Amino acid sequence: MRKLMTGNEAAAWGVRLAEVDYVPAFPITPQTEIIERLSEWSATGEAACRLVMLESEHSMLTAAGTAAATGVRTFTATSSQGLLYAMEMLYTTPGWRAPFVLVNVSRGLASPITLEPDHNDVLAARDSGFLQLHAATCQEVLDLVLLAFRMGEDATVRLPVIVNLDGFYLSFTREPVQVPDMEAARAFLPPYDARALHFRAGEPSAQGVAVLGGAPYSYFRYETHLAARAGLAAFAAGARDFAQRFGRVYRPVETYRCEDAEFAFVMMGAFATKAKSAVDGLRAEGWRIGLVRPVMLRPWPDEELAQALRGLRGVVVVDQNLAPGHGGVLHGDVLATLYQAGVPGPVVAAFVGGLGGRDIALEEFAEMARVVRTAADAGKSPPARMLYTAEELRQTRALQAVALGGGV
Amino acid sequence: MYRIRFHGRGGQGVKTASRILGSAFFAEGYEVQDAPRYGAERRGAPIFAYVRAQLSAIHERGVIARPDLVVVIDETLLPLPAAGVLAGVTEHTVLLLNAARLPELPEGPRPGQIVLMPELGEVAARGGLPLVAAACAGAAARLTGVVSGASVRQAVADELSALGAEILEHNLELALSAYHRMDDHTGTVQEGEAPAPSRLAPPNWIALPQVDVQHAVAAIFHGATSARVHTGLWRTERPVINPAACKHCWWVCTTFCPDGVIGVTAEGVPEIDYDHCKGCLVCLAQCPSHAIEAVLEREAGAVAAAASAQGAS
Repeated sequence: MRKLMTGNEAAAWGVRLAEVDYVPAFPITPQTEIIERLSEWSATGEAACRLVMLESEHSMLTAAGTAAATGVRTFTATSSQGLLYAMEMLYTTPGWRAPFVLVNVSRGLASPITLEPDHNDVLAARDSGFLQLHAATCQEVLDLVLLAFRMGEDATVRLPVIVNLDGFYLSFTREPVQVPDMEAARAFLPPYDARALHFRAGEPSAQGVAVLGGAPYSYFRYETHLAARAGLAAFAAGARDFAQRFGRVYRPVETYRCEDAEFAFVMMGAFATKAKSAVDGLRAEGWRIGLVRPVMLRPWPDEELAQALRGLRGVVVVDQNLAPGHGGVLHGDVLATLYQAGVPGPVVAAFVGGLGGRDIALEEFAEMARVVRTAADAGKSPPARMLYTAEELRQTRALQAVALGGGV
Repeated sequence: MYRIRFHGRGGQGVKTASRILGSAFFAEGYEVQDAPRYGAERRGAPIFAYVRAQLSAIHERGVIARPDLVVVIDETLLPLPAAGVLAGVTEHTVLLLNAARLPELPEGPRPGQIVLMPELGEVAARGGLPLVAAACAGAAARLTGVVSGASVRQAVADELSALGAEILEHNLELALSAYHRMDDHTGTVQEGEAPAPSRLAPPNWIALPQVDVQHAVAAIFHGATSARVHTGLWRTERPVINPAACKHCWWVCTTFCPDGVIGVTAEGVPEIDYDHCKGCLVCLAQCPSHAIEAVLEREAGAVAAAASAQGAS
């Protein structure tokens, strides 16, 4: 079945096909449609899950982790401030080594308040121990939910996984989505086997214990790191099987028209498809340029990324996030990878753009390409820049003039 | 690629119209992307939705900057700069207006062609709002010349079946009748070319300066700024007080008005501030002497003129 559906609906379909047992939920824009749909299906029996509304995201994530620890397949979803409200449990649950899937629908964080997307919310969870996959289309949302369960439940991994999709640009946008057959999905994702590690009534055990002295703590923390790194192989194995069954190929790092490329944009999430459109336009005008898109943020696919960037003269990193006092998060990670892997050569032009859903126009992609070409010719990386026009400043100042009761 | 924008108000079925057109393109074998855009959801506030369709995969995303077709469900949005109805229109763009006659277009870019579509659907009956949506989608589909009536029929069924057989049947009739009323214009909307990046004016980027902290915080220091937003423009129907029937029990309507926009004159007569009345019609429901009636916003001018003529006579 191939039908038009929103990113939120695609996420719900992924959950339905994964035959999830338990969904603790709490509403927040722009995620709510996911749990609305699951609630509907739960009531009709089309999805055999039990959906329970909790009183906060903190409780919701606690319920998700504890349910997963009993060995049932668990899903939950949130967005933005909700993810941050759950932050304590976001760091706590990975150490339980109980896999489940959390869909985050990206939305910029306060202050000021917005409803529209950027990636600062999901990046706040970057170092939590959750693995992270970032979708760029509605099809990917569905597929990555299935792949996330497969990767997280792998015996070498056993960690919770976040699947991220962008608010509005995916959450409320309909695109054609191929929905796998239930039977095929079941064959790809058999029932979760928690093996010896699970809670059972009548078999008392203690979780979340204290360990003092540093050595035991370091041991358990590093085990989480090793498990996260094992996610690379688990994802690759899952993606191979997925490609065989469903014909769609996923890699930790997607490359688009990078053959013979001199330059590449590096971007994550739905805005990366805008870069594809720009790449098509620029290539038609003779540019040798492509797109490199990390689909996987945790574990960080350093080898695949280094491989994708090798041989380029220049790289344009567009961060749809801002770490105040530092700059773009992806920029730093890309530089570290290039340096560590000893990739010679490329200059790196860093841009921050798309904050709070701010559009990135085609002419801006063209200008970023010109900036990196000039920099590559000069052999020197340019200073980082935020995408912002004089007209935007004029409009913002006009709003401020009202708020301040006078001119700025 | 076809790039089509629908403009209307919350509650008029703007999103539904885009979904029907999107589904109709999809039924024709097109790759499709459709989406609504709005801020905080509220009935009557300007919203828009868009549809992209082409035979190969679509990478573009987000707001359509250069539309091939703009469908205006509510012409009262045209003068509103914030609604951006004519944003990015060019000689290539067709404007489909749900209006009987051509309204005055604001300053700025002009479409190459304007198609008027009277009686696309009344914005009148609140319960029947999707009717406008189905008709607009049907008309838009015909303008492209590549979507069959059968695909429109299927799309309306996909979108509205859940509302019951009677509503579905009525919508199908409206959608197909609107479709065929565009028979003379079929094919006027053409797929736009992807613009060549190098031919676009480069962005006028600036380096944001650091400003004084008072100007760097998103805070509102000035009082009563909300009065500057004319929320009256969200109205589709307006409450009108019939002075002959009003018993001057002003404490009823002024108390129940959720927006506090009913004032009282020195003579004790209630008076509605139409700059800010959103047309919720709570006052109409509460008025003990039934002295308030609802008038369609698009007809309000004529009603007001008639009332003043009556008053003068």
